[in-house]
Amino acid sequence: MELTERHVEGLKELLYKMADDLLILGHRNSEWTGLGPVLEEDIAFSSMAQDKLGQSLALFELLHELGENVPDIVAFTRNDKQFHNCHLVEMPIGEYDFSLARHFFYDHADALRFAMLERSSFEGLSMISRKFRGEIKYHTMHADVWMKQLSQGTEESKARMQSAINATFPLALGIFEEGEYEAELKEAGIFEGESALKHQWLEKVTSELKKHGYTLPAEKDVAPALGGRKGFHTEHLQPLLNEMSEVFQIDPGADW
Amino acid sequence: MDNRTAEIYRILETVMDPEIPTISLVDLGIVTGVEWENDNPHVKLTPTFSGCPALRIMEQLVHEKLIDSGYETPRVSTSFEVAWNTNMISEKGLAALKKHGLAPPPKHAGYIELDVLSDIACPLCDSRNTTMQTPFGPTLCRSMHYCKNCQNAFEAFKPVT
Repeated sequence: MELTERHVEGLKELLYKMADDLLILGHRNSEWTGLGPVLEEDIAFSSMAQDKLGQSLALFELLHELGENVPDIVAFTRNDKQFHNCHLVEMPIGEYDFSLARHFFYDHADALRFAMLERSSFEGLSMISRKFRGEIKYHTMHADVWMKQLSQGTEESKARMQSAINATFPLALGIFEEGEYEAELKEAGIFEGESALKHQWLEKVTSELKKHGYTLPAEKDVAPALGGRKGFHTEHLQPLLNEMSEVFQIDPGADW
Repeated sequence: MDNRTAEIYRILETVMDPEIPTISLVDLGIVTGVEWENDNPHVKLTPTFSGCPALRIMEQLVHEKLIDSGYETPRVSTSFEVAWNTNMISEKGLAALKKHGLAPPPKHAGYIELDVLSDIACPLCDSRNTTMQTPFGPTLCRSMHYCKNCQNAFEAFKPVT
């Protein structure tokens, strides 16, 4: 079907929030480089950071094809109000239990989102979604292994993981904050929508957690962390952006 | 494949992966096509991983090699049109990985589970008595393993769907 201006706006909104989630979480993951609790974990988070940056770049390139500025300018010159990532990804890395809970919730959502988008009518998006599948698989496997390991560790490891799950769940629900163009995206076959995605995700994370004896709080009992998709952020995002763009700000024309 | 395209493939068989110098870009499976604009080849590549930092270098290496081979204005571009997966590595490529000390990826049927990664033959002694230490390694395409037979740590080129 012929895309109207609203379809294109909706597509851009979708691409921006996905690219921003990946860019910001990629940056957060990279903060474990050199600090991971064991060498293998240091490498795991660093590798996942690299994947996420690569994936965000592919999405920013799609945006560029739709008329937005080049990826570096878009990534490094916006302020927090111009970012559309959810609050979950901008939170500091915290203790390892929080970073693992975020990793588990986010990557399962990401795997399902890109699986959905493999069927997108927007070809650029379905192509990269097919590509991302193999990469994200390693992320969800890693998260699932840690959920299992820590449930079988000590009383303390299981209790800490459960408490991180409880604390992170409201933030994770913010992933699915609806945008202005849900109906248009659905109509054009570009994206089936946040609500359908959330439904799949709840089923997936509930069954995965149950396998290891964890519980998920009831959705109705928690307040989802909303606002990120509309540019309202916590106090943690702007300092991250300042740090991330420091080199670019010193010399925007630097050649590598 | 017409003659002039076959010639391009022959040339690209001498362009090696910048991180694994035993395997050519053709055997790695990332050359997805050659188109012609008059007498100028347009080589299409596909990334192994979206975040692979060697990608721009590979484009550059291909471009330089084509210039050196006498093509005046060759084009090289990368796109996700064909999604790379490890089944696209040629038999020769798999042997080249092993020569570099990397266990080659097992063929997959479109999905990967952790079990696949724990059943990797040691590239040094060929024993299957190995364990996976971590599915992530020094580059995005490698995992790390330990061989209980010859007691060496080794890396594998990990299967990707």
